[in-house]
Amino acid sequence: MSRETRKVVVIPCSGIGKVYGALARETVYELMERVRPGVVVTTCLPLLMIDDPEALQLITGNPVITIDGCPSGCAHKNVETHGIKVALTCQAINFYKAHKELKPGGIAELDENGRKLAAVAADELAHTVDELAQGEVEK
Amino acid sequence: MITLNVLKVGKVGIVSCSGEAIPEGTLSRLACRKVLDELRPDQTVTICLPLFIAGGTEERNFARDFPTITVDGCEKQCARKSTEKLSGKPGKSLLIPEILSRHGIAKPVNLRNLRPEEKATAQVVAEEIARAVDEILKK
Repeated sequence: MSRETRKVVVIPCSGIGKVYGALARETVYELMERVRPGVVVTTCLPLLMIDDPEALQLITGNPVITIDGCPSGCAHKNVETHGIKVALTCQAINFYKAHKELKPGGIAELDENGRKLAAVAADELAHTVDELAQGEVEK
Repeated sequence: MITLNVLKVGKVGIVSCSGEAIPEGTLSRLACRKVLDELRPDQTVTICLPLFIAGGTEERNFARDFPTITVDGCEKQCARKSTEKLSGKPGKSLLIPEILSRHGIAKPVNLRNLRPEEKATAQVVAEEIARAVDEILKK
């Protein structure tokens, strides 16, 4: 056994109707582009609904974090439908509950508070991402 | 008392590709929100695509209760296929690459923070969706 850095798949809510869906998505983009580029990757959630082979391979071979935008929990339920246990599931609203000074607004595009909150959320998830990325990999 | 069925008269359901991993997905989400918020706010409703799996009967009956338009960001056509498989046959299926090709517009390149010209493209796509809404409601 040896340790090597793995990809960590972070899948957000796909919603286009609520601010917390947008917050979930923006948090993933912050992780991918600023906080842990090259480590965090994502896939389109609906690809799992059509059993896309590449998307299934990605979530089967790497640890998965889901960020849901509402209690329906589409992101983690769609992953678990394929028999994959997610390493961590978050509710985007909890990011706001922890940082009430940053009330997010906007749906299609987040407002400034929303973008700041996504950046904070991504920073807070970095530690978990690092732990999952450093997990033991059998060689 | 006004029943839910009465409220549904004259409404078209918009099912957008969520496409978190591709710029065309972002374009689809923005264009669909424009239709829902600005171009045809009184004639359109939406549902998060993954709710077909994570939600209940109401979500699965979405395409039975409303004529739908699916908007897909790539050839995998998750929105159309998932709607057909889990809910019902869409009234119209639109594909972003085909719309861009028809208008001679380049593909977007950013996952988020679309450039001004890409936002203009979202307007073009939104207008195509709005026309499709009108066609369905005329039938």
